[in-house]
Amino acid sequence: MAVNFDLTVIWAFIIAFAVFAYVVMDGFDLGIGILFPTFEVGPERDRAMNSIAPVWDGNETWLVLGGGGLFAAFPLAYAVILPATYPLIIAMLLGLVFRGVAFEYRWRDPGHRRLWDAAFTGGSLVAAMAQGMTLGALLQGIEVVDRAYAGSWFDWLTPYTLLTGLGTVAGYALLGATWLVWKLDGPGQHHARQMGKRAAWATLALMGGVSLYNVFLNPEYADRWLTAPEIYLAAPVPILTGVIAIALLRSLSVERHSKPFWLSLALFFFGMAGLGFTMWPYVVPPGVTIWDAAAPERSQIFMLVGVAITMPLIIAYTAWAYWVFRGKVGDEGYH
Amino acid sequence: MFEGVDALLLARIQFAFTVSFHFIFPAFSIGLASFLAVLEGLWLKTGKQLYLDLFKYWLKIFAIAFAMGVVSGIVMSYQFGTNWSVFSDIAGPVIGPLMAYEVLTAFFLEAGFLGVMLFGMNRVGKKLHFAATLMVAVGTFVSAFWILSVNSWMQTPVGYEIGANGQYLPGDSWLEIIFNPSFPYRLVHTVTAAYLTTAFVVGGVGAWHLLRDRTNLHARKMFSMAMWMAAIVAPIQIVAGDMHGINTLEHQPQKVMAMEGHYQSHPDGAPLILFGIPDSEEKRVKYALEIPKLSSLILKHDLDAPLAGLDTIPDDEEPPVGIVFWSFRIMVGIGFAMLGLGLWSLAARFRRKLYDWQWLHRAALVMAPSGFVAVLAGWITTEVGRQPYVIYNLLRTADAASPLDAPAVGASLVAFVLVYFAVFGAGVWYILHLMRKSPHLGEKGVKRGDTGPIRTAGITPGPSQNPGDPSTLPRNQEEATDGR
Ligand code: HDD
Ligand code: HEM
Ligand code: HEM
Repeated sequence: MAVNFDLTVIWAFIIAFAVFAYVVMDGFDLGIGILFPTFEVGPERDRAMNSIAPVWDGNETWLVLGGGGLFAAFPLAYAVILPATYPLIIAMLLGLVFRGVAFEYRWRDPGHRRLWDAAFTGGSLVAAMAQGMTLGALLQGIEVVDRAYAGSWFDWLTPYTLLTGLGTVAGYALLGATWLVWKLDGPGQHHARQMGKRAAWATLALMGGVSLYNVFLNPEYADRWLTAPEIYLAAPVPILTGVIAIALLRSLSVERHSKPFWLSLALFFFGMAGLGFTMWPYVVPPGVTIWDAAAPERSQIFMLVGVAITMPLIIAYTAWAYWVFRGKVGDEGYH
Repeated sequence: MFEGVDALLLARIQFAFTVSFHFIFPAFSIGLASFLAVLEGLWLKTGKQLYLDLFKYWLKIFAIAFAMGVVSGIVMSYQFGTNWSVFSDIAGPVIGPLMAYEVLTAFFLEAGFLGVMLFGMNRVGKKLHFAATLMVAVGTFVSAFWILSVNSWMQTPVGYEIGANGQYLPGDSWLEIIFNPSFPYRLVHTVTAAYLTTAFVVGGVGAWHLLRDRTNLHARKMFSMAMWMAAIVAPIQIVAGDMHGINTLEHQPQKVMAMEGHYQSHPDGAPLILFGIPDSEEKRVKYALEIPKLSSLILKHDLDAPLAGLDTIPDDEEPPVGIVFWSFRIMVGIGFAMLGLGLWSLAARFRRKLYDWQWLHRAALVMAPSGFVAVLAGWITTEVGRQPYVIYNLLRTADAASPLDAPAVGASLVAFVLVYFAVFGAGVWYILHLMRKSPHLGEKGVKRGDTGPIRTAGITPGPSQNPGDPSTLPRNQEEATDGR
């Protein structure tokens, strides 16, 4: 059993890693979609889209790993969360359909480019909002009886989930804007920087709001964050988040290229760490722990072998693909 | 809306609809990825501009088809949880890891190299670019490998144990699970089907351009390559299908009974029913046109071998006969039609009129979409034929569904139908539009921003040039004519 214990924890971290990778990588894709209408029609929009055209598919694959990994490592969680948030998941999937095809279609059909631009933005916005609300629905707790979702239709729709949804939209917009600060130059970059500042403020405000709400949402969460001894473990998270927030805002007001993006990533990292700390050891609060939902040891070991072999390769060739398309979009030194 | 409708039925329709739509794209992109790799390889080997032109022509089409495959595939990977949560919980420990392997070994590979394949020609050099194309092609195959292993395990489950909480748990050997009894047949048959589907699309496009201009060298090359595929691969597919059927008879006999329309047992030689109207009320095939004893010959290789019929199966374990009976005939009919076209093309080559025989071109044009019809018919045979089970003889479809109410499933079904027809309809339209243009010398690749009105140098990102620009390679117009 001891082995199983460790494996389950390892798997929880692998899934968390996949979700984090998805959130930041597709996060900037979706963020660019959300900010798209604020960019000027023409070269500015074209460049913004081109900065992610070669990588968006790989970024989205992390979502498949997050979902597929959950299915494989914690089948019960997968079987409970998806019916509980059914309309959100369907909305997200349809949003991703529109967003994904827009990459190809807008170039094929100049006559309807505005339509596909709108699909790009609408799809990104819906997907981001739905993902944030799904997270909120999970945090506020899902009712489970006999290994099945036992709540009612609209449990996922509360002020809290709306708040987490908006927070995710703002956070993705921040990632998108800072990515463009890095990849664009000239007026496009200037515009991205302005949007980045606004998105940063919105993200910080909403992150704060969600954190406060969390404390009131569930006495257990409050205990964890506000009483000793946990507070010593927890305290560094908000403190570091604050330091990063200040650095981020400063980096956006001076002429920096890649720094705001890396700081936004760090912000997301501590946001995720905080969430993990809140939820642990539940995979579906308030009743299902990671051990309740875990697949048997044989499944875990089999997959772990696969992850150990393939993950370094995946990271290597993904990094290579990013490297191939490095530099400013449209910059001539960019071969 | 949807009150009083059976939520299970809606969930089934939703799954069938989304997966059928999804499979249309892999059926094309698996074959096309390999075709592109072949074209690029030939270009690198021979240096002929013609191959590069064809590569770029089909690459643009591939980009659209692949995007549609990706977004409809993401939907599939969540459908298990949203609509079949009981199934996901119970079977997750066995099939979840296989699907995770698909993500790790196939999806990342395809997606990681796709960007370089589409936009990276000038950035990485020819050899590395070819390697990227190969990786994408390999990825599509590996993806088929895993997902078909999953599906085959659901058809012929082996190597599992049943846990205390009712879950199916893996036994000692994953190899036994992965290489379950129907998997090798299904893998060969489905991948071959994808190659045929692509070949007929390529052949149809070639034929269309030959009908407009029979001297078009690019069209000639496409048509010739596609017809070789038809002539060689169609017979292989028929043999593979026959072996698949024999294997199915061993493991899922009632599916074969439904395919053959055998309501009754035949103790001494069963007839092959060519056509007829299955009537499940009266338990017989009306107006049947049959060849005595042929079914026993095909399935048992013996004219007089006895074959059991659906009368040996309890009524509540029978699949719906009508659908299976017809979808099977559609698939097999198309298989023989494909063989026919392949043979015709051989005759045309022999008589040296491959590029001049307009009726052959018209036939190829009509057959262009036939692969899609055949693969869907094949999947419908496979999937409906295993009903009422979702995991054969273990878990009934009716017991596998999520605890959702009909209005929720119905509303999402309507949303999928509307969005899919609109979005994928547009995509298919764009593909047809690209196919209508004749491939020409100096074909451009997938280029970003090339349609925008304002474009100064340097605004496009990666693919700003075309390697092997025609001005540098003017020669080989003639060299391309040899493909008879
Ligand atoms: C025989 C082949 C085959 C079959 C039966 C299926 N697929 Fe598929 N799928 C592919 C062959 C494929 C592919 C060739 O690998 C695709 C098609 C186009 C593409 O982009 O990759 C793909 C794409 C694709 C993607 C997107 C991958 C990405 O992000 O790049 C997902 C998540 C799925 N599929 C999931 C599924 C599920 C859950 C299926 C079963 C219900 C399924 N596929 C049936
Ligand atoms: C991509 C090609 C496929 C096609 C076209 C296809 C088609 C279908 C169809 C038409 C049904 C409905 C049968 C009925 O309800 O009577 C069905 C059911 C089902 N299929 Fe497939 N299938 C495909 C691949 C797969 C794969 C690869 C899996 C598993 C990983 C799968 C799992 C299922 C399940 C779980 C059902 C049960 C739901 C139901 O009965 O409606 N299918 N499929
Ligand atoms: C005339 C020759 C053919 C025969 C005898 C044949 C036989 C079969 C059989 C028996 C099955 C069902 C197996 C099962 O469910 O266990 C099947 C499924 C299938 N067929 Fe065919 N087939 C033929 C031609 C084709 C062609 C031409 C295509 C497509 C181009 C095709 C595509 C498929 C697909 C995609 C499936 C579902 C996946 C699978 O179970 O392999 N078949 N075929």
